[in-house]
Amino acid sequence: MKVLGRPIDRVEGKLKVTGQAKYAADHAPENLVYAVPVVSSIARGRVQKIDSRLAESLPGILAVLTRQNTTALLAPANDFGSWTKLGEARLLFADDQVYYAGQYLALVVAETLEGAKEAAAAVQVSYVEDQALIETDDALGDLIEPKFAFGPTRVTRGNIDKAFAQAAHIVDQQYSTPIEHHNPMEPSATVAEWKGDELKLFDATQWVMGARNCVADMLGIQRESVHIVSEFVGGGFGCKGFIWPHQVLAAVAARKVGRPVKLVLSRSQMFAACGHRPATRQRVKMAVDDRGQLLGIRHSSISQTSFVDEFTELCGSTTGFLYACPAVDVSHQLVRVNIATPTPMRAPGESPGMFATESALDEMAYLLGIDPVELRLRNYAEEDPESKLPFSSKHLRECYQVGRDRIGWDARTKAPRSMHEGRYLIGYGMATATYPGFRMPGAAAVRLFRDGHVEVSSATQDMGTGTYTTMTQVTAECLGVTVDRIQAVLGDSRLPPAPVSGGSMTTASVTPAVKAACEDALAKLIRSAVDDVKSPFCGMNPDDVVAIDGQLRSKGGSDQSYEDVIRSAGLDEVRGQSFVKPGAEQGQFSFHSFGAQFVKVRVDPDVGTVRVAQVVSVFDIGRVINAKTARSQAFSGIIQGIGMALMEQTIYDKRKGAIVTNNLADYLMPVNADVPDIDVTFLDIPDFHISSIGARGVGEITITGVAPAIANAVYHATGVRVRDLPITIEKLM
Amino acid sequence: MRQFEYTAATDIRGATQAISTKPGSAFIAGGTGLIDLMKLDVETPQQLVDINRLPFAEITENANHGLRIGAMARNSVVAWNPLVRERYPLLSESLLAGASAQLRNMATVGGNLMQRTRCTYFRDVHETCNKRSPGSGCAAAEGHHRTHAIFGTSEHCFATHPSDMCVALVCLSAVVEVQGPSGMRRIPIEDFHKLPHDTPQIETALARDEVITGIELPPPSGKSRSIYRKVRDRASYEFALVSAAVLIETSAGMIDDVRIAFGGVATKPWRSAPAEKVLKGARADEAAFRSAAEAAVNGALLHRDNKFKVELLKRTLMLALAEVTGEQR
Repeated sequence: MKVLGRPIDRVEGKLKVTGQAKYAADHAPENLVYAVPVVSSIARGRVQKIDSRLAESLPGILAVLTRQNTTALLAPANDFGSWTKLGEARLLFADDQVYYAGQYLALVVAETLEGAKEAAAAVQVSYVEDQALIETDDALGDLIEPKFAFGPTRVTRGNIDKAFAQAAHIVDQQYSTPIEHHNPMEPSATVAEWKGDELKLFDATQWVMGARNCVADMLGIQRESVHIVSEFVGGGFGCKGFIWPHQVLAAVAARKVGRPVKLVLSRSQMFAACGHRPATRQRVKMAVDDRGQLLGIRHSSISQTSFVDEFTELCGSTTGFLYACPAVDVSHQLVRVNIATPTPMRAPGESPGMFATESALDEMAYLLGIDPVELRLRNYAEEDPESKLPFSSKHLRECYQVGRDRIGWDARTKAPRSMHEGRYLIGYGMATATYPGFRMPGAAAVRLFRDGHVEVSSATQDMGTGTYTTMTQVTAECLGVTVDRIQAVLGDSRLPPAPVSGGSMTTASVTPAVKAACEDALAKLIRSAVDDVKSPFCGMNPDDVVAIDGQLRSKGGSDQSYEDVIRSAGLDEVRGQSFVKPGAEQGQFSFHSFGAQFVKVRVDPDVGTVRVAQVVSVFDIGRVINAKTARSQAFSGIIQGIGMALMEQTIYDKRKGAIVTNNLADYLMPVNADVPDIDVTFLDIPDFHISSIGARGVGEITITGVAPAIANAVYHATGVRVRDLPITIEKLM
Repeated sequence: MRQFEYTAATDIRGATQAISTKPGSAFIAGGTGLIDLMKLDVETPQQLVDINRLPFAEITENANHGLRIGAMARNSVVAWNPLVRERYPLLSESLLAGASAQLRNMATVGGNLMQRTRCTYFRDVHETCNKRSPGSGCAAAEGHHRTHAIFGTSEHCFATHPSDMCVALVCLSAVVEVQGPSGMRRIPIEDFHKLPHDTPQIETALARDEVITGIELPPPSGKSRSIYRKVRDRASYEFALVSAAVLIETSAGMIDDVRIAFGGVATKPWRSAPAEKVLKGARADEAAFRSAAEAAVNGALLHRDNKFKVELLKRTLMLALAEVTGEQR
């Protein structure tokens, strides 16, 4: 291994810091015009009338699109498996009902952005307003059973009632988490340009293939006629995963005015137009015997969904397999509220779900007087207790050990409210981290050129996560060439198809495809060498020729560089391609990443402020392709976890459903002053069951366990158990 | 944002003329508040009169050894000015506790005095708000109001004044110097900001055609110590849930003089005369601090979501007093 794992700088970094990287909204085709949505200011009711006369009278206004003057869209299959998943099942402008504040009602297109904004504000909408349903409490009378979810909504095994009856100790508590928004730095943006019947979208998306399929299907045109370009994405965290109305709306508007249209969501629109993590209510009832052995866990969750689609936050997704426990009863229910449709947000299910279960385990540890790490070790799952399959690769014990050593866990005093630094209270807390090792089919292409440079490509995405760099490193490793000769190309729907960059599966899915494409290219290179009468390899058995360090070599001692082989054969390039998919191993192993989160908090006992003083995280994610970009991902997940624990929450007006915190001054996320020393360790043990590369994903596991570790540390510091996130000042007074 | 005209004033006469001849005009200095509100259509001026070129950015020492700070001085410049840091550390501290470095680099002293509330409903033109649209009602009363005021409220408005700097200025007995067509006048800081009463749209004593030219700080007492303590949900870049400014003089453990002002809890920068009265002449100890805290919150008017501010304010004041006097509690 020469290049894999090395912490090389991200290959597109220079483009980004010098402003040359073109994000979706940076594209400005000739004759570009600007679109600004008009959105609902009420959360429930009916649109009586949209009066756009004043708006249309303003200078430079090209069109005001409404339900009345816009051709109805066609419904795509709207199915994740066929790569057609919409963020919201209700099609744009489908009816005159209002289901949530911020819902699209019209779109103004104008010569200038300022003109479009002014006109959008001048569009008069009259409503018949109904009483909005905003709070879970008010909707509990109408609990619904989920029909659709990205995993089982009900998991049962063993006899849970017997477990509770036999228990030596029981923890039975309710936990809740608020609505959170992804808030990537780059807002969603689409620039749509038609050339005849061909549509090109410069788009900020985590899924170029999904965007292509959905937009084409909604417009009723050939999928091949839609070209999605998404070279750089300024963060997504899930809100750019599925396909949202603005993407097709830009195309509809561009067709209407016959000019390219740019549609960039405002920050406030980002709070209603591309999903969120729904609020959850969870009850965890956990039973142990007198030695702390788990006997049974019941984990019941209620999460919010909208009136126009169904999204289930799978809070119980880890409850069935994370610990050895004979009886499990996991259930999920939904309430409908007048809030937009939720969508996956970094570790959907795991993040809020493990806040509940890992807090409950901590409560149990204190109840029993057992060290929280020890309690987890006593319930260590050697195999997947749910599927009964062996884990493909699990080194969670080492994660606990490395973490407790690095933070000095054993030096703490165990009693709550027993540690001080000056007038501050100090507390330590920990939690397990886990996320599935997903992998989907993926394709890639590798081109070896006669000038020696190499292009590797796949229709995957890089949201700042490092895909360009990992593709480059895997190619360098497989071809034996230096990274500076390699150009990675991605974010283009005309490249070999790859899955959504969600579910932490980009590396696991794409790097094996890159490896296979490299192998295919080298096989073809060798084939052209042995077929080339001018080549020193002419007439050899291809099996006797190997590729090493950028050269072909034979047993007889001949060697020749790739480019010389290509030139000698009179070729411009040699192209390898691949399509690889997971195989039988998927039924033989349980694929999960694991980790341990340890935190130290400092609490001001006078005014109740909590600051995280230190984080130590240890992850077992299989092979690390790039130690630097992986570490950056870990930082980001941990910081997002700090936000989740201490400040992030979207607040809605309880009567009218307006989004109170629809900006980055009121929706708090950690700033640098909130971010402590973060110490990240990757065990870096390859998982050769998931692929021959051995890498699972890193994106999402990093946030899991952070919020409960902080809540547990706050309990250790103060003796106050906060079961309702975020942990704000008033909850500690 | 609506279309607007733009004109740049080069002297005070030009500025006041421009503003009085065209209705719907507004001065723009740093623009950190105004532009934000224009984007939301809360402010819809037909003309912006740019006063950035007016010669009021100087920080100079007065004959009486006080300090005069020009209205156009940027928040960051004031905060890092050596004279300010040496003689009025409270002002520097309060400025640096506010906003972000980028905003402080743009925001001016005059603009900070004119800062408007962060009340969500004031900032949303689709909601009722007596301050933005007099007589329309107050959506915050029934809506979300965790950050709202507990002092100086009226049934028409209980929006919080957001400034940190103004809290320090109240403590420091600053005087605001303004100039209009009929000349210059000086307004004590406590009279500058207005309580909402039944006219919450009137926020200051400034007339429409007047420009703030500077603030004057009286000479500091050599013996005084000060502290600005701000409590918020994140460590930086956030408005105060509660803040306390304390300027105090002690000798032999007794409090000779004290001024106290609060931010984040009132409709204007809030001086707490009751707390000062309790402390003046008292021994600087926990009992006195506790009595002062109780006196400070007397008369607070609470709503559903902001009740915690009473306890938080008491604790913040006690902490500030303990820290500034060096008393262990």
